[in-house]
Amino acid sequence: GPLLERPLMEVRLGELHTWISTCDFSPQGLLGTVQKAWNSYYAKYINVRRGGPAGISMLLTGYCLLSYSWNYQHLKRYRWRKYH
Amino acid sequence: MNLSFFDQFMSPSLLGIPLVLISMLFPTLLFPSPNNRWISNRYSTIQLWFLNLTTKQLLTPLNKKGHKWALILTSLMTFLLTINLLGLLPYTFTPTTQLSMNMALAFPLWLATLLTGLRNQPSASLGHLLPEGTPTPLIPALILIETTSLLIRPLALGVRLTANLTAGHLLIQLISTATTTLLPIMPMVSILTVIILLLLTILEVAVAMIQAYVFVLLLSLYLQENI
Repeated sequence: GPLLERPLMEVRLGELHTWISTCDFSPQGLLGTVQKAWNSYYAKYINVRRGGPAGISMLLTGYCLLSYSWNYQHLKRYRWRKYH
Repeated sequence: MNLSFFDQFMSPSLLGIPLVLISMLFPTLLFPSPNNRWISNRYSTIQLWFLNLTTKQLLTPLNKKGHKWALILTSLMTFLLTINLLGLLPYTFTPTTQLSMNMALAFPLWLATLLTGLRNQPSASLGHLLPEGTPTPLIPALILIETTSLLIRPLALGVRLTANLTAGHLLIQLISTATTTLLPIMPMVSILTVIILLLLTILEVAVAMIQAYVFVLLLSLYLQENI
């Protein structure tokens, strides 16, 4: 019904599992989701008439946080070390 | 688990995906394709201005046949520049610190310039091995020397980029470790070290940009000789 293909922000919490079951998890589907997400971010924050450094800075901060989470297993041992 | 100063150059993997893959794909997000409006957004305008500047700078010395190389040289330049500069952000991984990647970029491109020269103008390419006006007794030695310098070019290209970036990252890590260790003991020396760290970071930004430029410039020079 109309529940399918609604964007994620308009799905209510109780219907979340039903929405996920209608998701397309094939490689093309995932690629399409990533592309749609990137295009909406780009259109909202970067592709504006009088943009500034904010759109790209948010992207770079997200990249730093992503790298931190990727490195976390290694970094926590470095933090716990008594002598460097 | 061995925690040494070289651990920043190992790419960690999470759920089987190594970080190097994401680090190499991330620059594509930073360069959106320009849309076909007359005035695009400020970000695309700045990028197009920069690309025009570098393309003109790199391709002016080349003749008409060399302009076929415009796309690969410009994209290589932006790729290396972005990856080097992104590596200066905290906790990120720089793929160009890996010798494997730099050799994979340098060796095929150098070989392409060499084979282009040998195919289109073989005697002129071989003639580059002997500079004009050398005294006759020196000719055999000089040909050997020039051949060696020719064959060592891809190694030099790759190792130059790797060594510069690796040394810079290591220095930053060492000096910042010294700063944090000295802070409870001798605060004044720690402040001095912080100033050194700031200057070093500015140097590293410059080195990141210069190394990318030098890589592509040398390739275009090798192309000029051979095309």
